[in-house]
Amino acid sequence: MATTYFTEDHEWLRVEGGVATVGITDYAQEQLGDLVFVELPEVGRTVAKGDAAVVVESVKAASDVYAPADGEITEVNDALSSDPALVNSSPDGTGWLWKMKLADESQLEGLMDEAGYKAMIG
Amino acid sequence: MTDTGELFQLPLKDLHEAAGARFGGFAGWSMPITYPLGVLKEHLHTREKAGLFDISHMKLFLVTGSGAGDALSRACPLDAAALVANQSKYTFFLNDDAGIIDDLIVTRLGEERFMVVANAGNAATDEKHLKAVAAGFDCTVEPLDRVFLALQGPAAEAVMTKAGLDLSALTFMHGVEPRDDWFASRSGYTGEDGFEVAMPWGEAKAFAEALLADEAVEWIGLAARDSLRLEAGLCLHGQDITPDINPVDAGLMWAIPKSLRETGGFIGADALRSAIATGPQRKRVGLKPEGRQPVRAGAKLFDANGNEAGQVTSGGFGPSAGFPVAMGYVPVALSTSGSKIFAEVRGNRVPLDVHPLPFTQHRYRKG
Repeated sequence: MATTYFTEDHEWLRVEGGVATVGITDYAQEQLGDLVFVELPEVGRTVAKGDAAVVVESVKAASDVYAPADGEITEVNDALSSDPALVNSSPDGTGWLWKMKLADESQLEGLMDEAGYKAMIG
Repeated sequence: MTDTGELFQLPLKDLHEAAGARFGGFAGWSMPITYPLGVLKEHLHTREKAGLFDISHMKLFLVTGSGAGDALSRACPLDAAALVANQSKYTFFLNDDAGIIDDLIVTRLGEERFMVVANAGNAATDEKHLKAVAAGFDCTVEPLDRVFLALQGPAAEAVMTKAGLDLSALTFMHGVEPRDDWFASRSGYTGEDGFEVAMPWGEAKAFAEALLADEAVEWIGLAARDSLRLEAGLCLHGQDITPDINPVDAGLMWAIPKSLRETGGFIGADALRSAIATGPQRKRVGLKPEGRQPVRAGAKLFDANGNEAGQVTSGGFGPSAGFPVAMGYVPVALSTSGSKIFAEVRGNRVPLDVHPLPFTQHRYRKG
């Protein structure tokens, strides 16, 4: 059974068996506007919590998406190379960004659940 | 204008809020950046139908009096006396070094009556500069507080006529005063046919609503205004042209009549003449990144050997072009179309081609 967490930086993580799938929330994609490019990390790269793992680019600006925890990138959503707008149309589905093997699941303890996140964005 | 704290508020703010605009600061104004349609669709809509822009942050100056033409011919590399009635001309205020203080559109409305349209970010500087120049001539400079709307796109003329303002007789780069205290010109900042119309605050809401009642019309925010003008190869002052860049390097000499280049007595004439004699030190060019990744303003450019080769001054994605688009300054030797150049983006080198401007064809109604 997967558990979903949310960060203050408007990312979601779906965690199952020590592996997190990471994306940005619907609120975040709406704030960013239409995406035209997603710069994905290399599979195998080790990231620390707070590192810029992905860059999402709208018509207007580039924004970093941060690693929500320490770990190793195990898979990236290659579909975004040809269709970055998937992040807009399905931010919590086919518009996922990357998967990572978590180094320390206790880092998830400070994150929000869906109710907490919804309360934050108001 | 109303100053509430840090940013000036648009007179039609309520209309924008009702339309669901997302606001952001620009040139001291709280401006609609996007509407619920989103920047991509707003951009495409403008090229397909008609986009309505609130450009009330821009500044209009009415210059009147027997010395008005001479004052403008001193302030700008412009032969104001040679303008026929209702003719508009793209021009500049230059400093003594021929650097571009601002780019402007000057329209002759009468024998002794001219309208100057200037950029929001330079409004205060422009007013001071123009008034100082005008002090030596028999004329007055009156800054106007108007609601200023641009309607751009192939449906603009029909929409305008339906809303009760028939401007079909105007051709590109001409302007009139269709009503008391109104000013309308056939011009814009998108590369499309269209109009810019200034009017008193009290008449603006009804007029904007009349335009919006047409299903061809959507509000368009500043984000799409920027991508539209960039595809059209038009400069943004403060980025692509600045007081440190002269019209020779900027590739804007087409705006300065040949006779004036030699004999004109405008401010900056001597410096401009020596810049012409020396030739451009760098050139403003269009840049097309090879892949899908946008290259933004501020990115450094390098030649194939890794030597520094200028800078990107505007960059983003071109929704109509369908690829990333940019503009910047490169050494003259690299300025021909097809030259290879590289931009540094987050530590990587992104290859770009020097590309002719505009990226999308202008569709002006030249008559």
